[in-house]
Amino acid sequence: FIFDFFNARLHFGCSRMQMYPLEMEGNSNPKTTNKPKYSKFTQQELPACKPLLTPEIVIAAFALIGALFVPIGLASLHASRQVVELVHRYDASCVPVDDKVGFIQNSRTDKTCTVTMTVPKYMKSPIHVYYLIDGFYQNHRRYVRSRSDKQLRYKSAAHLTSDCVPEGDTADHAPIVPCGLVAWSLFNDTYTVRVNGVVTQVNKKDIAWKSDKNNKFGKNIYPSNFQKGRLIGGATLNESIPLSEQEDLIVWMRTAALPTFRKLYGRIEKDINANDNVTVVIQNNYNTYSFGGSKALVLSTASWIGGKNNFIGIAYLTIGGLCLSLAMGFLVLYMVKRRNFGDPSNLSWNR
Amino acid sequence: MKRFVYINDESYQNDYCDNQISNTKYTLWNFLPKNLWEQFRRFMNQYFLLIACLQLWSLITPVNPASTWGPLIVIFAVSATKEAWDDYNRYISDKQANEKKVWIVKNGARKHIQAQDIRVGNIVWIRENEEVPCDLVLTGTSEPQGICHVETAALDGEIDLKTRVIPTTCIGLDSEQLHKIKGVIECPIPDKDIRRFDANIRLFPPFIDNDICPLTINNTLLQSCYLRNTEWACGVAVYTVHTQFSLEGKHVDNVCLKERLCLLDNTLCVAVEIYSNEIIKIIIIRIHENNTAPCSHHMSGNETKLGMSRGVPEPKLTAMDAMIDKLTGAIFLFQLAVVVVLGSAGNVWKDTEARKQWYVKYDDDEPWYQILVIPLRFELLCSIMIPISIKVSLDFVKSMYAKFIDWDEEIYDQETDTPAHAANTAISEDLGQVEYILTDKTGTLTENKMIFRRCCIAGTLYGNESGDALKDIELLNAVADNSPHVIKFLTVMALCNTVIPIKSPSGTISYKAQSQDEDALVNAASNLHVVLVSKNGNNAGQQIKTFVDAVDKYAQLGLRTLCLGWRELSLEEYLEWSRLFKEANSALVDREWKVAEVCQKLEHTLDILGISAIEDRLQDGVPETIEILRQSGINFWMLTGDKQSTAIQIALLCNLISSEPKGQLLYINGKTEDEVARSLERVLLTMRITSSEPKELAFVVDGWALEIILTRYKEAFTELAVLSKTAICCRVTPSQKAQLVKLLKSCDYRTLAIGDGGNDVRMIQQAHIGVGISGREGLQAARAADYSIGKFRFLKRLILVHGRYSYNRTAFLSQYSFYKSLLICFIQILFSFVSGIAGTSLFNSVSLMAYNVFYTSIPVLTTVLDKDLSEKTVTQNPEILLYCQAGRLLNPSTFAGWFGRSLYHAIVVFLITIHAYANEKSEMEELSMVALSGSIWLQAFVVTLEMSSFTFLQFLAIWGNFAAFYVINLCISTIPTAGMYTIMFRLCRQPSYWITMLLISGVGMGPVLALKYFRYTYSPSAINILQKAERSRGPMYTLVNLESQLRSEQGNSTNSILTAPVKNKNSVYEPLLSDSPMASRRSLASSSFDIFQPAQSRVPAAYPRNIKTS
Repeated sequence: FIFDFFNARLHFGCSRMQMYPLEMEGNSNPKTTNKPKYSKFTQQELPACKPLLTPEIVIAAFALIGALFVPIGLASLHASRQVVELVHRYDASCVPVDDKVGFIQNSRTDKTCTVTMTVPKYMKSPIHVYYLIDGFYQNHRRYVRSRSDKQLRYKSAAHLTSDCVPEGDTADHAPIVPCGLVAWSLFNDTYTVRVNGVVTQVNKKDIAWKSDKNNKFGKNIYPSNFQKGRLIGGATLNESIPLSEQEDLIVWMRTAALPTFRKLYGRIEKDINANDNVTVVIQNNYNTYSFGGSKALVLSTASWIGGKNNFIGIAYLTIGGLCLSLAMGFLVLYMVKRRNFGDPSNLSWNR
Repeated sequence: MKRFVYINDESYQNDYCDNQISNTKYTLWNFLPKNLWEQFRRFMNQYFLLIACLQLWSLITPVNPASTWGPLIVIFAVSATKEAWDDYNRYISDKQANEKKVWIVKNGARKHIQAQDIRVGNIVWIRENEEVPCDLVLTGTSEPQGICHVETAALDGEIDLKTRVIPTTCIGLDSEQLHKIKGVIECPIPDKDIRRFDANIRLFPPFIDNDICPLTINNTLLQSCYLRNTEWACGVAVYTVHTQFSLEGKHVDNVCLKERLCLLDNTLCVAVEIYSNEIIKIIIIRIHENNTAPCSHHMSGNETKLGMSRGVPEPKLTAMDAMIDKLTGAIFLFQLAVVVVLGSAGNVWKDTEARKQWYVKYDDDEPWYQILVIPLRFELLCSIMIPISIKVSLDFVKSMYAKFIDWDEEIYDQETDTPAHAANTAISEDLGQVEYILTDKTGTLTENKMIFRRCCIAGTLYGNESGDALKDIELLNAVADNSPHVIKFLTVMALCNTVIPIKSPSGTISYKAQSQDEDALVNAASNLHVVLVSKNGNNAGQQIKTFVDAVDKYAQLGLRTLCLGWRELSLEEYLEWSRLFKEANSALVDREWKVAEVCQKLEHTLDILGISAIEDRLQDGVPETIEILRQSGINFWMLTGDKQSTAIQIALLCNLISSEPKGQLLYINGKTEDEVARSLERVLLTMRITSSEPKELAFVVDGWALEIILTRYKEAFTELAVLSKTAICCRVTPSQKAQLVKLLKSCDYRTLAIGDGGNDVRMIQQAHIGVGISGREGLQAARAADYSIGKFRFLKRLILVHGRYSYNRTAFLSQYSFYKSLLICFIQILFSFVSGIAGTSLFNSVSLMAYNVFYTSIPVLTTVLDKDLSEKTVTQNPEILLYCQAGRLLNPSTFAGWFGRSLYHAIVVFLITIHAYANEKSEMEELSMVALSGSIWLQAFVVTLEMSSFTFLQFLAIWGNFAAFYVINLCISTIPTAGMYTIMFRLCRQPSYWITMLLISGVGMGPVLALKYFRYTYSPSAINILQKAERSRGPMYTLVNLESQLRSEQGNSTNSILTAPVKNKNSVYEPLLSDSPMASRRSLASSSFDIFQPAQSRVPAAYPRNIKTS
């Protein structure tokens, strides 16, 4: 009988096994138990630290944040203030007539325009020359995707213009290189800079990202059929220069995420002294008038933080100050209204 | 309709289908379409598919379609692979079962064939320890008495052996004759009532006679039983695998569909458990399909009807799932609103502004659908509001919760070697939200280990002093003296039952009983030298048990009483009755009722011999468990089949109700409708009046009154149910139990039903959570249940620890999932305001996909390890469960908090990014990466702040993921064709990038931290208070351990301490607390104090003192 009972047990174990295979493994030996194997993980007993929001920690944290943020804020504000920046908006002043759109769209009008600025502070080279456009939506869904990255890179992909509508192919179905709205609307104002009457070279070499020149724009791809349509968008391209050397295009095709943006035009590799007169002769070709946008010329030096940007410094100082005052406030509150709330007699059901 | 099975006659065999098992859900050809079809029946999947399809339209898609298709395909592939693997395993095990060799008789000779070729009418031979391949009617066994033993554990989990007998007409056939017998078995077609097998067998001449012989379930061998203790047996196949999934057991009535499906095969059962309810429907449909082909003329959807009549259990949805669904719906509406508003704004902007933007080059004449383009773009942009990852994350954490239950050592029962098991992996959160527990008594609260304690024979009470009749000298003397009354009493006790004696070769006799009571009686009798050796031939004692609730005394002691009586029958009287009995037994209709009627004829004018009293001890830890769970705000209802006085006694013993001064018991009884109505009215009135008093009220109702109430006065009773925290329902039937659960469910309460026997199965299936105790009555309840545990006391840990943690974790995980998707979505929306409301995506496809799938979903998965309070603290302060019950951690207002936070964080990220990266830096790819990194920084801090405890795994997941973000993006930045080539390197070199990140984190987290701290300190929740208390109690753990040891020792010593009221915890300790020298002596002092005053260091009391002394 004992043997039978043993058999029964054995079978029972097996059938249970089949019913609940998730439960236990290896059960053919009746000596093994179903007891779960112990490990700290399975028993949810892994050693853990339990940080609590005690007043000490929180006050210290806020004080620390404050103490960290204020110096960073001061440093970035300082850096930003060191940057010398000249911004001169010229879109209105460079059009002498009321019908601004008509003026700019007329290809026969003389669009030359001269602006003069006085440098307030010593500007150390390199001085970046930017053009600033406001109200231009390079991030518009229809605009931003109207390009063909493959076509820009591979010679064999010249026909891949399906993404470029409505500037993909010419009327007789020849692919435009570079295709798309982005390239088509290339900025075409030009600047000639004179410092104190002396023509100063604006270096247009290496204004685009090196990675773009090397990897995004092909060295053996030349513009073709570009700006040959009924409507001329922006600048034309020299068809004998490969795309990888068309740095203005490369800069332009790094689309801006915001409707107000600056793009690098070139660099002046010469220091400019305070009170020097900078005269810029502008070929005012680009149409920002039809959509009410504005254009400006920017001369700026740079610091470790980039161009002039007071926002970060001010934000840091504000947050740092707020944190410090929060820390103070909490400290005062902690002193005045001491609460030993870790007392279980405070629990509603113990009262 | 009847079925005629011709034994051993091949000409009829083709009418019925073969024995081939096929449980596979798919074939090689239909797998893909069928699986996809099933997956797409879920709303979420349809939604994502629609989004993914819309993305294929390149005009409107803001991102590469891969960002949706990628995750979608991964998710679908994962579940399809899982399905395929399960189905393959099913196929393999089907094949094994089908190709198993069995012996059958063919043309008068035995042949070895495969199990799948068995036909109805074949005679199948089985040897010891073999599995029965299909349902058989026994025709012969190796035992001369014509019996055999089977084990039905695979069906109902009962490990005791059951006896099966061959029909009388086949008795005496030797194996030679068995090869040749011919005959016909008239049996019902496989029907939905599987409790019975009401059939006849008639053998053809020359075999014995052509009398019709009745067949019962006792003459059958059912599929997947095992033959035990019998050398061989043979039988006629009556139902092949396709045709009946019958099941035997005393509680068959309640056997759930799930269990019967287990018969199909075991792997299927696993699938049923894993996929809970979805699959059940599928299986039923399949059964239908399978049977319509060869067996249509007698199956005709029968099994489907069967499935339906048993009630396919409703898929259980936790309260949390319902809430998450509701929130998802709200977010969906919000999304639609955003789409409508921004879509029309976009169209207006397009017509007024964008047409002036010559560089955008809008056509003047557009196709009609242009008006839809911008709204649809926004729909796609906002589609990430509903996180595609939430389903997967929830499934993952839920299966982890279930695993933790399976793995938990503390709810492993040493005694029976049963670990806890979560069969339903999807409802752990509900455990933490239980409001009502409906519990069975016998076997659940008590051990169901019956011990014969007292008896009353011919007016003499035995066993009163010692509490054990078997040690009572008087009774032993009476037995020795052959006192006729006593001997008669013991004889009846030993004979009138269904116990099977099994004699082992060594000569010892053991008993196999289906009822624990009978086992106790027979064992007691054998201890008093009345030994049941064999039960052959003696049919006289057909169960003449009559339950008379006489001796109140025993019932008062919580003992189960049985009244024994006898009557002498004359031979004629017996023969007449025996004929009637046989007739009734061979009836094909209403057999049970007829048998009962015949028995009734015999059971009258009995002489009362005496009363036996059996003790059923409470399980360990039941009173404490009930006390703690009631403290946590859970209401207890006890539903029992026992009689009222016994039930009340047990309820008192296990802390369910308090005795008079503190508690009051209200009785609802009566025999007629009026009486019951008056009684109910009275109780309700008392309940209303005293509901403000701190008195513990409970009501008692019996099955009869309950039946009247449930049919006539349901509303009044519902009100009573809401008012009453405790109730005792005695003499209730299984269906009444289920009705009570339904009633409480209809009042919007979360119910948990716990039981151990087949009579609890309905209740267990009906309740939101069913817990089965794998007890002595078999595994039926445990099988049907969502959770099975070994002992009642484990319920405490299951609810307070597992349930509570699961709730907390899911609350965080689900809300966080919405937070992070909303965060990225709000940034997109904000960006659309500076991009001409044209639906440009700020983020590129890769980032969007990775954000949802990797960066934000992995750290938060470690929330499965998060513990806000230690297990000990929770058990000591069970009231904390209120937070889960009331759903305070996941509700529209907490969700609004997360919604607000994501909006705030989106604004912070966006504004800081566009200001810090303005002018010459405002390059699209860079700016998008800055915003994305800002979100990643914030989410890492948010997870850190919201987790309460950190193991190294959490630390690793949060900050490892953070590091992985940079590694991944640096890697992508090395791919020249990628849009973000060199971007990450560029950014990492810029000091302004890191400064911006720091600024975003500071601005984003500062207010969150300050707010949280302020709330934590100046209006702390109970959880916060306990967290703090836990911290300050740190060094005191040794004391707590010591106390819990003391406590367990006392627990064993007396029950009276535990039943005594323990509510006055504060008043007892207050004087000691203010005693400052005492407090300074710390742990040693107070623990020694405990030793001197052991009675006072009980559960609730232990806690406050610890705090003060530290």
